[in-house]
Amino acid sequence: GHSSDEEGSGETISVTFKCEKDGSETTVRAPLGKSLLEVAHANDIELEGACEGSLACSTCHVIVEDESYYNRLPEPCEDELDMLDLAFGLTDTSRLGCQVIAAKDLDGLTVRLPSATRNFYVSEKGEAAAAAD
Amino acid sequence: MLPRAGARLLSTAARNSVLQVCIVGSGPAGLYTAEKLLKRYGEDVRVDVLDRLPTPFGLVRSGVAPDHADVKNVTNQFTATCRDPRVGYLGNVSVGADIALAELRPLYHAVVLAYGAESDRRLGVPGEDAAGVFAAREFVWWYNGHPDARDLPVSLADVESVAVCGIGNVALDCARLLLKRPAALATTDIAGHALDALRKAGRVREVQLFARRGPVQAACTPKELRELVTLDGVAVHAPPDQMAVSPADEAEMKAVRMRRRMYDLIKGAAAKQPAGAQQHLRFQFYRNPVEVMVDPSGAACGVRVERTRLEATPRGVVAVGTGEYDAHPAQLVLKSIGYRSLPLEGVAFDARAGVVPNTAGRVLREYGGSEVDPGLYVCGWVKRGPTGIIGTNSMDADETVDSMYRDTAALPLRPVGGGAALRELLRQRGVRAVDFGGWQRIDAREVAGGAAVGKPREKIVSVGDMLSTAGV
Ligand SMILES: Cc1cc2nc3c(=O)[nH]c(=O)nc-3n(C[C@H](O)[C@H](O)[C@H](O)COP(=O)(O)OP(=O)(O)OC[C@H]3O[C@@H](n4cnc5c(N)ncnc54)[C@H](O)[C@@H]3O)c2cc1C
Ligand code: FES
Repeated sequence: GHSSDEEGSGETISVTFKCEKDGSETTVRAPLGKSLLEVAHANDIELEGACEGSLACSTCHVIVEDESYYNRLPEPCEDELDMLDLAFGLTDTSRLGCQVIAAKDLDGLTVRLPSATRNFYVSEKGEAAAAAD
Repeated sequence: MLPRAGARLLSTAARNSVLQVCIVGSGPAGLYTAEKLLKRYGEDVRVDVLDRLPTPFGLVRSGVAPDHADVKNVTNQFTATCRDPRVGYLGNVSVGADIALAELRPLYHAVVLAYGAESDRRLGVPGEDAAGVFAAREFVWWYNGHPDARDLPVSLADVESVAVCGIGNVALDCARLLLKRPAALATTDIAGHALDALRKAGRVREVQLFARRGPVQAACTPKELRELVTLDGVAVHAPPDQMAVSPADEAEMKAVRMRRRMYDLIKGAAAKQPAGAQQHLRFQFYRNPVEVMVDPSGAACGVRVERTRLEATPRGVVAVGTGEYDAHPAQLVLKSIGYRSLPLEGVAFDARAGVVPNTAGRVLREYGGSEVDPGLYVCGWVKRGPTGIIGTNSMDADETVDSMYRDTAALPLRPVGGGAALRELLRQRGVRAVDFGGWQRIDAREVAGGAAVGKPREKIVSVGDMLSTAGV
């Protein structure tokens, strides 16, 4: 569900990524027509995209925080459901980030990036050690 | 004393804050670990990645099916990691053969074992070693051009029926490759010898998949199942009595969406009866192979299976024999019941599970103990067993790197020889290590060879050819 006249219009929406791994929360502008995977990468947000958006992994798994936003997304296709079934920490509002396309009615969208290891990049001494990146 | 290439590394190695890490194995586990080390330590790390093959990427190259090209896109990301100036690649270096782990460890602050699972669980039945019986692992290596399996004696010429023991994704990959039109494989990176053999054989008439448990317990995943049951010109069979579901199965399907979807896929496919299908895929649930039948020439000619039923035990649902047996003809038998890691001299091993015992990626001094072997880490299939997809190794590497970071952040680092000393040692031994540039020459020749015949690449399948192409 991605309309080509919106793409390249220069318009953007606000999207927030909540990263479970390091506890960070980043709000960025997402150009209409771009996938959440592309938006994440453009903003140095650690969302993995092993198959480069070709629906052959599930590493781009995101969880839509607000169900009303989830319901605004076009339904996932069979191929996306197949891959989602393998995603770590699957929920009822899970999607693949490479398949979610920024659209006007998604302004204010918040997604969570689930992680198996919730390290907060804190060393034994307690200092935040990951500030480097 | 040190070779010229080491000069730049030496200056940084001399700084006591630079962690020197050696990773054994360049599959997803090894290369995700490398990538995460770079992110976590920034300029304060140097990583050498070793592989026993000249070529990197582990099972992404030699496991992932040739008709799953998109899955292999991850090699672009891995290539970027390997080309980082903080990373060195040394292919054609087998730890345990070319260099002992005990020699490697003093050269680095930390060694990460990521050498995968290059052995198999055995069926433990008579006839298992007959001609025409292969571990699915070897068959997959054969069609993917792994040098160790290029001479596997696979003869498809007289094969009408194939028995695949197991119903995980690897079993499904093998079944699909055997049932697919060879023309549809001709545009993939399948090994040349495998494509030739499949073309000459004509098409296999029947593949049977034997599973000890039922359709709701199948260990495969929906995408692979969908692909297999929707193959062109292949009739799918699943006997109705084997598709019956118990109340426990119903509950399981309700709880896990994937279970329901897979059950429906099999049932739906079996309900269709394509007219005039020449090929057949038969699911055989609740069937436990108890013998490979062997003809007088010593070749496999079938499998005998015992029917099973499920019983709930404290260990979960297990299949128990009913004492009823059936025999099914098969001229090729593939055992796909699980990979196992090999032990490595100098490190503890859990022989039951076939993994290196560890806690959060820190290797234990002995199996069953709790004392950690400092500076030794593990990641991927050799750490957690042969399960999960490529992405699973990313989370796994997070855990291992996390442990390493906690262990090293506060420590003063002893001076070590690092990559420069390793390269010098290998040179003295006459080991022809392939660096990443060498791999890129192999890669370029494979891609060019593929372009000539309409394939994305024509794999070089002998180590000798790889080394001469790499120019080492
Ligand atoms: C047939 C098959 C198909 C698959 N298909 C898919 C798929 O479509 N999608 C998906 O997401 N996942 C797939 N997987 C799973 C995926 O391949 C694994 O999760 C992953 O490769 C495991 O990574 P690893 O690094 O632990 O092991 P490996 O990938 O096996 O890497 C181990 C590396 O170590 C090297 N090595 C071994 N011994 C030594 C030694 N002594 N010294 C130095 N180096 C050594 C090996 O040469 C190899 O390069 C598949 C797996 C199989 C078996
Ligand atoms: S990037 Fe692989 S499915 Fe989205």
